[in-house]
Amino acid sequence: MNTVTLTVKKQPELYLECENVNTDAFAGKKAADIAKLGAYQGKEILTLGDFFTITGEAGATAADTKIIVNGDCTKMKYLGAKMTGGEMIVNYACDMYTGSWMKGGKLTVNGDVHSFCGLALAGGEFTINGNAGNYLGAAYRGDWRGMSGGVLRVKGNAGSDVASFMIGGEMIIEGDVDIHLGTHMEGGKIILKGNANRRVGGQLVKGEIYVFGKINVMMPGYKPVGEKEMEVDGTKATFVDYLGDLGERHPKRKGETVYGHLYMKK
Amino acid sequence: MSEYIIKNGHVFDPTQGIKGDKKDIAVKDGKIVDKVGSSAKVIDAAGKTVMAGALEVHAHVAGPKVNAGRWYRPEDKHFDSHKKPGITRIEGGKSIPTVFKTGYEYARLGFTFAMEAAMPPLYARHVHEEIHDTPIIDEAALPVFGNNWFILEYLKNHEVENTAAYIAWILRQTKGYGVKCVNPGGTEAWAWGLNCLTIHDPVPYFEITPAEIIKGLIEANEYLGLPHSMHLHQNDLGNPGNYKTTIDSLKLAEGIKATNNFGREQVLHSTHLQFHAYKGTNWGDFESGAKEVMDYVNKQKNLTIDTGNVTLDETTTMTADGPFEHHLHGLNHLKWFNVDVELETAAGIVPFIYDPNNAVFASQWAVGLEIALYAKDPMRCFITTDHPNAGPFTRYPRVYSWLMSKKVRDERLNSFKKADKVISATNLANMDREISLYELAAMTRAGPAKCLGLSKDYGGLKPGMNADIAIYNINPDKFPSSGPEIEKAFANVAYLFKSGKICVEGGKVVDMGHKETFWVDAKVKENKQVMHDVREKFLRYYSVNEANYPVPESYAPHQHIISVDATKA
Ligand SMILES: [Zn+2]
Ligand SMILES: [Zn+2]
Repeated sequence: MNTVTLTVKKQPELYLECENVNTDAFAGKKAADIAKLGAYQGKEILTLGDFFTITGEAGATAADTKIIVNGDCTKMKYLGAKMTGGEMIVNYACDMYTGSWMKGGKLTVNGDVHSFCGLALAGGEFTINGNAGNYLGAAYRGDWRGMSGGVLRVKGNAGSDVASFMIGGEMIIEGDVDIHLGTHMEGGKIILKGNANRRVGGQLVKGEIYVFGKINVMMPGYKPVGEKEMEVDGTKATFVDYLGDLGERHPKRKGETVYGHLYMKK
Repeated sequence: MSEYIIKNGHVFDPTQGIKGDKKDIAVKDGKIVDKVGSSAKVIDAAGKTVMAGALEVHAHVAGPKVNAGRWYRPEDKHFDSHKKPGITRIEGGKSIPTVFKTGYEYARLGFTFAMEAAMPPLYARHVHEEIHDTPIIDEAALPVFGNNWFILEYLKNHEVENTAAYIAWILRQTKGYGVKCVNPGGTEAWAWGLNCLTIHDPVPYFEITPAEIIKGLIEANEYLGLPHSMHLHQNDLGNPGNYKTTIDSLKLAEGIKATNNFGREQVLHSTHLQFHAYKGTNWGDFESGAKEVMDYVNKQKNLTIDTGNVTLDETTTMTADGPFEHHLHGLNHLKWFNVDVELETAAGIVPFIYDPNNAVFASQWAVGLEIALYAKDPMRCFITTDHPNAGPFTRYPRVYSWLMSKKVRDERLNSFKKADKVISATNLANMDREISLYELAAMTRAGPAKCLGLSKDYGGLKPGMNADIAIYNINPDKFPSSGPEIEKAFANVAYLFKSGKICVEGGKVVDMGHKETFWVDAKVKENKQVMHDVREKFLRYYSVNEANYPVPESYAPHQHIISVDATKA
């Protein structure tokens, strides 16, 4: 696997749209070619070379490519977005759309990410070693197709509207979240190690939410139906099984109505 | 203004019966002329196809409903909204493009005129703001009448003269072009939680039927002698078995003759017929009713239709047929927008994915193509996608490829996941017809121009007509055989002349032209009854004052007024 290293040398005046900073866009390119890739700042198109010092070279494919980004990325959008393979490590906080629409590979951010990151994640592993903002792993604004695959893990806290419209995959939040976790969920699995504020699983059709901590105010559309002993993300514990959201439509399978599950750790 | 001579192109012009002959076209002062001087700029069109600018007869491209679609669907434009080089602005949106993209895309496809198919009179200002901001193409808008309280009250007593006077008043207030009627009575019934699924279902409270509304509006339209005919979106859209209601509706035009000074021959234009040509009782036993419907249309010379071709894309449905949008939302569970427009109409919006793997959508695709292929008279059948309802208008090149090549369309048909089901439920597999370039020119130029009452200036290349000319990279002697090649050629004109100016060159927009907004000023005898009713309704029901209702001149600074005198009717 070949490695490309990007180091921020100049801060954008506005925000920089790094749609070309991912393993797919770099694949098959040398440092000089990568420096020529475009990056929008507002309506102007500039190049990656204007903002980054670039060394090394990419592998022949995304899967053979590793990218390391150093320096302050708080004004960089779309880092690692849409990547299908390989590996990318960002050693700083970054802005919106980081790791969004990822299909494969491994993306690690050693810092915080802003809101709207990991949108509609479809595959691969996205790990945030800091905190995340709002709409983590949600659908794009207006869209109804949220995270559908892959694994998204946040070591810290996340904001509100996390995992909206989730339809597949697995999200683990090791800290706390604010309101609206898993709204409109129709599949997939959310594991919340910390606490949630309110409105967890509102209008949830299908899928599973595991909560280790407390929910400040529970949604009224959830009904306890029993207890279950389970191992969840390496922890064995007893969970109370709630069915819901009873206020939402639910599909039928073999004549039985399929509900979503909210598992609260005892 | 510059003079041009377009040399050696293969010209297709049904208004003159020219079928691909090599012919030079001269342009001067925005018009086509017999000849130009030796200093005229020469455009080499050798090996290319030359047609008049195309006319869109029915699309939803401007106004509050379209804009509601834009703001509630940010996901429609997210991946394609960067500024591109050149004089164009950012072009956002796929199924509900920005006004700028709408103008550029129509121009790149070779269009020079588009009809906004549904203008709510109360929000006419918004429609005109968007029309004004849409570059290059000329436009007009049809106010909706089929569920308007005035109309329902007048036609309940068959008061055609009052109906006509009210239509004339609305056209002037809204700078409107003609009479649109969407789900007659059904949209008003929707305000009561009901619908009208046949033409004999009574409209609650008003005690009138869709049949009376349709017939009365046709008669009022001919009383006024408007350039366009009554333009109808029939009852029971999109449901299996609806072809009977469709034929019942079309029969209402029997025996009525077109009365106008614009060369228009039809008295009823039936829109997006694909959605109204279904047999069967449910989606399980669904079958195409295109043959039955088109057999009737082919016989009746006073009808025109447009197809409403499903393009198999993700799109946004939007219509004044409020109850239908609620029904759609129940089917696909996607976000639903609904609005009531006071005494006049309503609207609904739902995103929609015509998934080719689904036998129903694939069958709708087939029905749309059958409609065009069964049409005996290409001057009375126009190609539309009811943009954006059955698909975005930017897919016209693909629709043309399916209509013009049996090979391309059979490839698509046979590669459906449920091909067997689609083939047995429709007739398309047995249809060999391929639409020729000449027929295409009739279906997209000469035909719609005549239907809209614009054939004096649009739809042909006769000297004296507007120099609206589309030149395509298509050599008729070597017509492309693959779908992508046909698409590419129709998607990017080599040149587009709009009123004698080159606005697109090599698929690239190079000039914003000088677009005009068309509307119809119909003069009628003074009608105290109608003016009294207007005053009373504004005082009692409207949320706005009558004085704030009309569209001021400043909203349509480049207006082109067509005057009609109905004082002697
Ligand atoms: Zn319609
Ligand atoms: Zn329509």
